[in-house]
Amino acid sequence: MSTLLFERSLPRFAAARVVSSFGSGRGAGVGPLRLIERDAPPVPAADWVHVDPILSGICGSDLATLDGRSSRYFEDIVSFPFVPGHEVVGTLTEDARGAEGGVLPAGSRVVLQPVLGCAARGIEPMCPACQAGNVGNCGSIAFGHIRPGLQTGFCADTGGGWSTSGLVAHSSQLYTVPDALSDADAVTVEPVACAVHAVLGAPITDGDVVAIIGAGTVGLLVTAALSHLAAAGNCATPAVVLVGARYAHQQRLAGELGATEALPSDQLGRAVRRHSRSLSFGGASGVTATLSGGADVVFDCVGSPESIAQSLAMVRPRGTVALVGMPGKVTVDLAPLWHREVRLAGAYAYGTERTPGTDDGVSTFSLALDVAAALQTGRLVSATYPLARFEDAVAHAGAAGRRGAVKIAFDVRKGPIR
Amino acid sequence: MSRRPGFVLEVDKSTPPTLFWSGEAFSLETLPEGSRVVYAPEPMKAIEDPYRAIRHALLHPEGDRDPLPALLRPGMKLTICFDDVSLPLPPMEAPDIRQMVIETVLDMAAEAGVDDVQLVAALALHRRMAEEELRHALGDRVYDAFAPHGLLTQHDAEDPDNLLFIGETDQGEEVEINKRAATSDLLVYVNINLVAMDGGHKSVATGLASYRSLRHHHNPQTMRHSKSFMDQPASELHSANWRMGRLIAESGVKIFQIETTLNNDTFPSNFGFLQKREWEWSLRDRASYAATSKALSKVPPRMARQIFHSIRSPHALTSVQAGEVEAVHALTTANVWAQQGVDVEGQTDILTMGLPYICPYNVNSIMNPILVACLGLGYFFNMYRGKPLVREGGVVIMKHPTRPEFHPGHHPSYIDFYEQVLTQTIDPVQMHKEFEESFATDPWYVHLYRTGHAYHGVHPFYMWYWCAHAMAHLGRVIVVGGDPKAVRRLGFSPASSLNDALEIASDVVGPSPTLTHMHNPPIFMSDVH
Repeated sequence: MSTLLFERSLPRFAAARVVSSFGSGRGAGVGPLRLIERDAPPVPAADWVHVDPILSGICGSDLATLDGRSSRYFEDIVSFPFVPGHEVVGTLTEDARGAEGGVLPAGSRVVLQPVLGCAARGIEPMCPACQAGNVGNCGSIAFGHIRPGLQTGFCADTGGGWSTSGLVAHSSQLYTVPDALSDADAVTVEPVACAVHAVLGAPITDGDVVAIIGAGTVGLLVTAALSHLAAAGNCATPAVVLVGARYAHQQRLAGELGATEALPSDQLGRAVRRHSRSLSFGGASGVTATLSGGADVVFDCVGSPESIAQSLAMVRPRGTVALVGMPGKVTVDLAPLWHREVRLAGAYAYGTERTPGTDDGVSTFSLALDVAAALQTGRLVSATYPLARFEDAVAHAGAAGRRGAVKIAFDVRKGPIR
Repeated sequence: MSRRPGFVLEVDKSTPPTLFWSGEAFSLETLPEGSRVVYAPEPMKAIEDPYRAIRHALLHPEGDRDPLPALLRPGMKLTICFDDVSLPLPPMEAPDIRQMVIETVLDMAAEAGVDDVQLVAALALHRRMAEEELRHALGDRVYDAFAPHGLLTQHDAEDPDNLLFIGETDQGEEVEINKRAATSDLLVYVNINLVAMDGGHKSVATGLASYRSLRHHHNPQTMRHSKSFMDQPASELHSANWRMGRLIAESGVKIFQIETTLNNDTFPSNFGFLQKREWEWSLRDRASYAATSKALSKVPPRMARQIFHSIRSPHALTSVQAGEVEAVHALTTANVWAQQGVDVEGQTDILTMGLPYICPYNVNSIMNPILVACLGLGYFFNMYRGKPLVREGGVVIMKHPTRPEFHPGHHPSYIDFYEQVLTQTIDPVQMHKEFEESFATDPWYVHLYRTGHAYHGVHPFYMWYWCAHAMAHLGRVIVVGGDPKAVRRLGFSPASSLNDALEIASDVVGPSPTLTHMHNPPIFMSDVH
């Protein structure tokens, strides 16, 4: 059974960082990722089961890790060596309990909620965040009966999706996949859940101007989540949703998924200005200039210094910038944030969402499954690769936009395609 | 030698290649045998003493108007309004005709003891002129006498304190114009009638109006029913302006209209080959063409643009008439036709045109894709009387690089129109309904129009509406040598060469179409029989 293993190796980290400077994803061949033969890890405790992955996506955070660009912040909350892959649709090899109760029979198709919170780690009593259902904010991700790891795919004990030998998952991580969803739809459920969480965490009100910077997987799924959740009455309905997308196919997809306007990234500020009927401090050019008003909420789905600066230039005073794309160490002029009293908020993972009409809240993954089914988010899966071609796969993911793609995944299935 | 009239050449084996403009460049194209090329009449003889002619016109007015000196008296309020930088094209060699007319008017005002005199540039929703442009139009003497004292202003269609609501026409069209002009004892309007569209009641009713007023005729419905807007009796645009102009007159605003026509001597001698018929090119013309083409191909577009925009045209005065608006304009229109009219027998399946570097809205600026469309489908297409040169369902082939470049200071709303409107719709009616008002009332565009040198936020819509008649009439529009993405954004088809364009056109007009080329500039108007 083949597995892609990510090992701690400083020379390989360095090599990956150097090579990836020529383009994200190019360093996979010289980096710490190796294809090896290995069996699935043993279950660490009761309520853990084996899952055979079918498809497993390559996420921006995976790329940052493979490129050696990931923040050192994560060093103490991952454990090596680990098998990457936290966007997973797979099948159960045995009966198991699901995250929402009930028994899932062996062979069930499941998606993985990958955060390794208190329940998975056997920690009692659970931390306040987990007690509140906010597993993404779990304070115990380096403790308990498995080694540190914020998610499956970053933990040495659980395995990950980039493997044909399988992984282990705790019952709290398992969500059954309705038949209506294709495998491609299902492998996007995890990033859809991130998008749902970001949208429901943002203070959007009816009639708002919302800007989304970036139209890779994250940006497109935030667009999709926002349009679906607003239509379903789970969040307020913005007046306009403006998406800055670098490539033509991204603009097309953003339009299909609910953007009011999808336009080139360098035009987003102008569109925000026009829709918010704002003035611009930067004269007639108006592209990079700070707006006097601006968007009520900006979702930064890139996480670069440039995108954060762009967010701060187009958000209105007292507006909110939600960082959905994973940032690293950045240098940004925070003067506009201070002067305009902008709220800069992270948006990570998932948990329990408080939507209208739900007293106890609803799990992010349940909502994400609805979004994925309604909008067939599997359309974003542009190509799949076998593990043996991991260098090509990672390179494709690193250049996805330029190559007309969005989501790249590994095809690790043993059974037929659904 | 007497002046030769316009000419329709039928291309045969011996016909040399035909000059096509393409922005800041030009090329020679071989047209299929049997094609027609329409050439403008040669320039009319210039009036030898313009000042004398102007003075004569002011002293011998047309229609129900007294001579200008009889209208001037001490203590009166006099406002002299004049056409802006959009006329003439290219800008004429100094002295500009506006300077000559205004100096003469001011001399008469001074003789009559008139102290309260102000000059107003009739911008409508155009950009404000820069100081050097005003100096060029008015001359240093006039500029220095008025501008430092705040007596030379530019019409501000967004200044509520300086607009006066006149009333509504019998068609419900609101008329609101410059308050200073409307409340003067005499409004002298100084016009340049470069094309037949200009002048008449349009001078005041459009040039000094607000958006509230302009929207009644600058819209898709009006433009589709202006066939063409270069032919006043057949132009709904002009009908509306005439209704408004008559209302302005009835309200008591006293207008003394001074209209001028220029000959079509368009380019200075070093570019003389551009207005000659190719088979008459001298050795010097051929050498000039070769040297200019080669030089232009070596310089970046920006530099080529600077070279062309530095051209000053030797345009010369061919007529001046003054007095009551309608009487004056009837004579002016006849004089424009005398210079520009060409009889053409029958329509064509394909109309080709090489679009030059300049149109009324990019003087000292960039010809962006929307202006390319406007120049081709708005202006060139509409240079007819009777019926369009191209038949209904026919094809227009334009040659222009159509780069997606914009002057951010002059055309800020054009950028957003290109990126945010044309990506949604190219239908003039739909964009009028869904987008126009938000652009027209956008506070940033208003700010830039009032304080910078930006066209009004609604202006790109008007340019698009200018194309509405052609868009409804044509089966296809093809742009040769244009940026393919930009061309498609406009709803047109890109072609890499004229031959490719003809191939594409054959899908619409069949394999053996008739073809007519507009050898323009110099400007001409087709009288299509």
